[in-house]
Amino acid sequence: MKYHWNWGIFFEQIKYGDETYLSWLISGLGWTVAVSLASWVIALLLGFAIGTVRTTPRTWLVRLGNAYVELFRNIPLLVQMFLWFFVVPEFLPRNLSLWVKQEMPAKEFVTATVCLGLFTSARIAEQVRAGIQSLPRGQRMAGLAMGLTLPQTYRYILLPMAFRIIIPPLTSEFMNVFKNSSVAFAIGVLELTFQARQMQEDSEQGIETYLAVTVLYFVCAFIANRMMAFIEKRSRVPGFIAAAK
Amino acid sequence: MIYRFRLSLFLLAGLLATTPAFAQELSGTLKKVKESGTIVMGIRESSYPLSYLDDKQQPIGYHIEICNKIVEAVKRELEANLKVQHQPVTSQNRIPLVTNGTVDIECGSTTNNEARQKQVAFAVTTFVTNVRMVVKKASGITSLSQLDGKPVATTSGTTSVQLMRAHEKGKNVNFKEVYGKDHADSFLLLETDRAVAFVMDDNLLAGLVTSSKNPQEYAIVGEVLNIEPIAIMMRKDDPAFKKIADDTIRGLIKSGEIEKLYNKWFLSPIPPKNVNMNFAMSETLKGLIKNPSDAPAEFYNKK
Repeated sequence: MKYHWNWGIFFEQIKYGDETYLSWLISGLGWTVAVSLASWVIALLLGFAIGTVRTTPRTWLVRLGNAYVELFRNIPLLVQMFLWFFVVPEFLPRNLSLWVKQEMPAKEFVTATVCLGLFTSARIAEQVRAGIQSLPRGQRMAGLAMGLTLPQTYRYILLPMAFRIIIPPLTSEFMNVFKNSSVAFAIGVLELTFQARQMQEDSEQGIETYLAVTVLYFVCAFIANRMMAFIEKRSRVPGFIAAAK
Repeated sequence: MIYRFRLSLFLLAGLLATTPAFAQELSGTLKKVKESGTIVMGIRESSYPLSYLDDKQQPIGYHIEICNKIVEAVKRELEANLKVQHQPVTSQNRIPLVTNGTVDIECGSTTNNEARQKQVAFAVTTFVTNVRMVVKKASGITSLSQLDGKPVATTSGTTSVQLMRAHEKGKNVNFKEVYGKDHADSFLLLETDRAVAFVMDDNLLAGLVTSSKNPQEYAIVGEVLNIEPIAIMMRKDDPAFKKIADDTIRGLIKSGEIEKLYNKWFLSPIPPKNVNMNFAMSETLKGLIKNPSDAPAEFYNKK
């Protein structure tokens, strides 16, 4: 293969302007981290709320929670991005719709964050439900028998235990958020994948570009993994699940 | 016996002072094609009207016809009956597929520029596009300078925004750029009022307007941001193969056939919808037909 390698390309100037390709990738990385962390906050809050609701004795709440999870889990993420960006604003009143489409600040970022947050929250809700249901029935009963209200039983007994059980799948989910954020390029968020496409088109050094981007995504996901591992270690309860070493 | 026959042919050829293919040491693409008996043509699925698929999923278009002539010339040169294989390519993978040998000749809509010439070679230019903008007529926009503070669409993986910033009329204008992931998406941004203009190659814009719901609502306006020579692409450092391609195109130019092909694809109704692009030949292309050249885009856009 006659490929013209040029690893120095990252320090070269873009064709029309005085930035370097490296500065493109770094600004892309910044947006990737911003979209990922913001949607992770949404996903955790909503995911825990909905997952919890799905284990309560209130049938209508359980059904509502199930419907939410199925809705967001059964539609591909890319399609959801397009739905939020192109379809939803068309159903708003004319003036609001125009505002969302033209004036809303950082509209691509907001749309992508909400979309990725809701998508991930459905997956977290499922994990939270599984975590709570894996606890022995006796724990809930004991809590209620001691005179705690249902919310208190969740707050002090069930959720702290369930959270520790689901840290490993949550770790995967946190890493997924970084990787899934790459879909946001499709609605024009200037994140890492977007900048990689720009750079490959502008510089024609596609292999170097995508190798660099691969490393950056790997580093992001790996840092996420280590952070969760740290939390897992610090929150460990001796004698529960794994014995403390 | 065969060897002797070839040898005598060889001698005969020498006597006639011609240079048939087997008299030379074949190299590069010609050697690869001869050995495999197949030539792989890179095609685009929707680069109207240069290279696209018809309703039977067969590649057709202006560049496809030119490439077919080049393939005929390669067959004559090699005196072999080659199988032609079509390989769909995208703007992301076309250069890697050519450099790594998957595609022998790319017949799409690739701009010949200096960065790409480090990786690949181009035949002499067969089409020229101007980067301009499409707007809704009702907006009254006719120049870059009217775009201050307005959302302007372009396609990710293209460099139109940098071109706008670099243009003298765009220097003091504050664009709010919005991006579609492909040209159809970018046009949707304009159609749904997310953007007031969409900046792209004018032939692609003409195609999008023609196939839109209300073609009369749109107009292609404004300054030419960049002149881009579009050419058939092949591997670098392969002079024998490039010569066949260039000679074929020069032949088409000399015989006037290139103008007939241009009229057929750009100025008459074309399949599958039987719409007419109505895209007159640019002055740059008229000049290039008088004096064929494989100069990169930078040559036409000297600052």
